[in-house]
Amino acid sequence: MARPIIRTWRGSLQLRVVAITLITSTVLVAMFGLVVGKSITDGLMDNKIDNSRDVLEDGRQQAIKELSGLVGAQDTALPRVATELVKTLATQPGQAGSQYEVLLVPDPDMGEAVAPFRDGFGHPAAAASVEVPADLRGMVADGRSGYQPITTTVDDEPARPFLVFGTPLNTNSIKFQLYYFFPLDNETGVSGLVSTTLFLGGTALVLLLAVLAALVTRLVVTPVRVAARTAQRLSAGLLHERMTVKGADDLARLAGSFNLMAENLQQQIVRLEEMSRLQRRFTSDVSHELRTPLTTVRMAADLLHSSREDFPPEAARSAELLQDELNRFEDLLGELLEISRFDAGFAQLDSDAVDLNPIVRSVAESFGALADRCGVELRVNVPAVATVAEVDGRRVQRVLRNLIGNAVEHAEGRPVDVELAASDTAVAVTVRDRGIGLKPGEEKLVFNRFWRADPSRARQTGGTGLGLSISVEDAKLHGGWLEAVGEPGVGSVFRLTLPMRSGDRLLSSPLTLTLDEPAPDTNPDHEAREAAGGVHSG
Amino acid sequence: MERMRARVLVVDDDPALAEMLGIVLRTEGFTPSFVSDGERALSAFRENGPDIVLLDLMLPGMSGIDVCKAIRAESGVPIVMLTAKSDTVDVVLGLESGADDYVVKPFKPKELVARMRARLRGSQDDMPERLTIGTPGLRVVVDVPAHTVTLNNAEVKLTPLEFDLLVALARKPRQVFTREVLLEQVWGYRHAADTRLVNVHVQRLRAKIEPDPENPQLIQTVRGVGYKAGIG
Repeated sequence: MARPIIRTWRGSLQLRVVAITLITSTVLVAMFGLVVGKSITDGLMDNKIDNSRDVLEDGRQQAIKELSGLVGAQDTALPRVATELVKTLATQPGQAGSQYEVLLVPDPDMGEAVAPFRDGFGHPAAAASVEVPADLRGMVADGRSGYQPITTTVDDEPARPFLVFGTPLNTNSIKFQLYYFFPLDNETGVSGLVSTTLFLGGTALVLLLAVLAALVTRLVVTPVRVAARTAQRLSAGLLHERMTVKGADDLARLAGSFNLMAENLQQQIVRLEEMSRLQRRFTSDVSHELRTPLTTVRMAADLLHSSREDFPPEAARSAELLQDELNRFEDLLGELLEISRFDAGFAQLDSDAVDLNPIVRSVAESFGALADRCGVELRVNVPAVATVAEVDGRRVQRVLRNLIGNAVEHAEGRPVDVELAASDTAVAVTVRDRGIGLKPGEEKLVFNRFWRADPSRARQTGGTGLGLSISVEDAKLHGGWLEAVGEPGVGSVFRLTLPMRSGDRLLSSPLTLTLDEPAPDTNPDHEAREAAGGVHSG
Repeated sequence: MERMRARVLVVDDDPALAEMLGIVLRTEGFTPSFVSDGERALSAFRENGPDIVLLDLMLPGMSGIDVCKAIRAESGVPIVMLTAKSDTVDVVLGLESGADDYVVKPFKPKELVARMRARLRGSQDDMPERLTIGTPGLRVVVDVPAHTVTLNNAEVKLTPLEFDLLVALARKPRQVFTREVLLEQVWGYRHAADTRLVNVHVQRLRAKIEPDPENPQLIQTVRGVGYKAGIG
């Protein structure tokens, strides 16, 4: 669950920009709204308190004036005067009906003899009452004026917020407490309206910012996405893919540069393709143009060679030299053309499911005569069951011919082992000789073109010096490896590893590449080691 | 073997090579005739009625491939291509256009002569025998001495090479022949050579006798090994 969300989050720039905008603008707008709302509410409240205090002060002075005529709590005029007083106090000039409630409470010092008097917007009923908060009452009893915001009920009406002001009324003979209940309906209403407005406005602002962010990022992200898609198509080989350039802004420049890049790439690729095609053509032409006359020369040389007995000795020897060198020349030409085919990149793998056992055997057998001549025992070890792999049989044969030929030539009369093995994913052939071996660093050099371990060494097979380079290319073409290890005086091991299925990636080889002598073969899956030296099928 | 001197038509535009080929072929007991361009090759073929054709693939005028197709269209005479290209595309293209075998320049004269002899020899060691492969609904009968093949009693025209290939497979039905063994038995190669020869000719043979060459029943592929003749 969390993973797709994280992936979407990381995958979409637009989503991230919108989310960040949404969060930060919400925080900012909320803070702004709180500050503004609070200062408006506070201002309203302060204003109300100031006004109320004035009303209270006026009322107090008027009440003291009216009440000072009374002699005491037992004065019979008290109810009338007090009723009259609260009525006057509750009545505001120029206004029909009272905006507030006035309560005249006798001080507790005067005893419970006198009931409180009240007037205002309320509708006094038998059970109805107003409650003055105890804190305020205590404060007034202590002889101080004060106020307190409360939510309370006046008579049977629903509870409302009030600002309650209280002040002591002390004349010479009488002690009363005067309370004003100023309803805060207006102020609550206004501050409610303000917060609603702020909330709605803020929400709208936040959403607008989010939409704006989405639009702006879309404006930027869309061309970037188009560029990414176009780049993918380009790399998939659709070289004619381009972006549309609109306007002259940064995005248009992006599209323009992108197209320029694509254009250059396309030109380069086309140029390289053309070069490869020309190279191929050239190789093909050279091949034909050289091979036709060479064929004639070859046949002529053969004819001379076969009748050399009739020639004087110098001419006879010349015919022999001609023959031998023509062989070398042919081999060299063939391998040069093969190398140039690899270099031009048009060597083709012609793979097919092939059993490698007979191939290994037949190649080894073809070196039987040479092995006999060099006094080398050529031992072949292949699995008893068919080793079928998807390979290009001709190329594998060529690699094996190179490896086995080199091994026999460099074995110095000691045995050469050829081993074939397969795993689920790969097949491998190792060719081990116990001859002159390789000096440190030469494991890589042997695959270089025209490299020779010791240029002064007499050549027996007349190799061209290109054999191993071609073999490496053949292995690479299969997606395989060709490697070597060696030590002077101990010998060398060459290993060819090819994937079982054409196109698979190689991870490991079924045979180890080591100079250590293998343990005597006890695996019943392998045929007994056979000496291929001298064995000829023909 | 007592044979008439075999007549060879050499189609090659290189005069030196043609002359040299002539010397070698005469030494080896052939009677060569020459033609140097593709357009005249077909009429020369009709005039001479050679036993075997040596055909260079790169020719002025009509290409060697087209000449090969034209000759193959009217005759099953063995054709050996001479080619400077050993790339698979070129070789397969030549074989598919009807050539029986090919030698890559520069070839050794002995190699060429061996290839030609192998093609001329044919299946002359024929004993009177009839071979049958296939299922009752799809029956191929090979009359070896008469050199005829019938598919459900209808005669099928095969080139001598295709005939030899079919006979080799049909003589031991169910036995799997590797490409190497077929190369040796049919083409006369002593050492493993180019298995593409076998692949292409099996395809050609299938195209002539299989009802559905994509899904062969008479000549089956044994993956990783070779081919065998199916029998019901």
